[in-house]
Amino acid sequence: MVRGVSASSAEPRFKLGDPVRVLDADREGHVRTPDYVRSRPGWISSFLGQYPNPESLAYGGDGLPEQPLYKVGFRQGDLWPGYENPSGDVLYVDIYEHWLDPRPAEEAR
Amino acid sequence: MSANGHDHPHEEARYERSPWSARIQALEELLVEKAVFTHEEVWDQIEYMEARSYENGARLVARAWVDPEFRALLLSDTKAAALELGIDASGPVEFITVENTPEVHNIIVCTLCSCYPRAILGRPPDWYKSASYRSRAVKEPRAVMREFGYEPPEEVRVAVHDSSADLRYMVLPMRPSGADGMSEEELAALVTRDSLVGVSVPLASARAG
Repeated sequence: MVRGVSASSAEPRFKLGDPVRVLDADREGHVRTPDYVRSRPGWISSFLGQYPNPESLAYGGDGLPEQPLYKVGFRQGDLWPGYENPSGDVLYVDIYEHWLDPRPAEEAR
Repeated sequence: MSANGHDHPHEEARYERSPWSARIQALEELLVEKAVFTHEEVWDQIEYMEARSYENGARLVARAWVDPEFRALLLSDTKAAALELGIDASGPVEFITVENTPEVHNIIVCTLCSCYPRAILGRPPDWYKSASYRSRAVKEPRAVMREFGYEPPEEVRVAVHDSSADLRYMVLPMRPSGADGMSEEELAALVTRDSLVGVSVPLASARAG
């Protein structure tokens, strides 16, 4: 299911459960990080493997070095003001490592 | 006498090509000319896609409902499970099957485009690609499900999966109650395409009390 780590890839920086925050970057062009999770707090839900960077592939690049890809979890209440069932509902987005910053666990959401 | 040999004109097929379709055809011609691929390869790929439907997913789900070992394989290695049922999903794309439980109901969307487990389920329905579904499924998944006729209980956690990167997702729905003793084939008939995307649940069994 998950791709092996190839020689061209960096060791994953995050481990399961790590609190993270999505970068608030505004990059031009082809990116795979949806707007609605930028700057939002989440956690590493699983490691999905190493994949060529789509931001390079989209423009004819080789996608190297490969990027660790994580399934990042978010509380719906942290994404949408007035969400219908904020306490339990969650949302997962697959996000490449260079879009994630570590976040102190105790940091205010 | 007209060109077609008798005295009434044959109507041309009324097919209006959209600008998108014209653009795609132009691109195809260029790529064939540059020997990137051949027309035959394009047709083979279209046939490959057309041969796939959600019924593949229904077969995977029904087998998982009756065979715990297969269920474990489907959840840990969806491609291998598909291959066991003769569904060749061996492309570069990876698949993940997420399991509905009494605690969690999963729903799949791709907000950036229309990522879908095509190699297993075929082409996505039009609504899956619509801007409306893509924007609402992440923001108000419960309202979207209600429109598909399913209301998850409040205590059930709704988990949305936005598959905008390299993985494609499929839902393993829960087996409907009252479906005990049904054959694998009968069970597969309860699995709808919508339940594999998670906007709904499988049909209730006709034998349900």
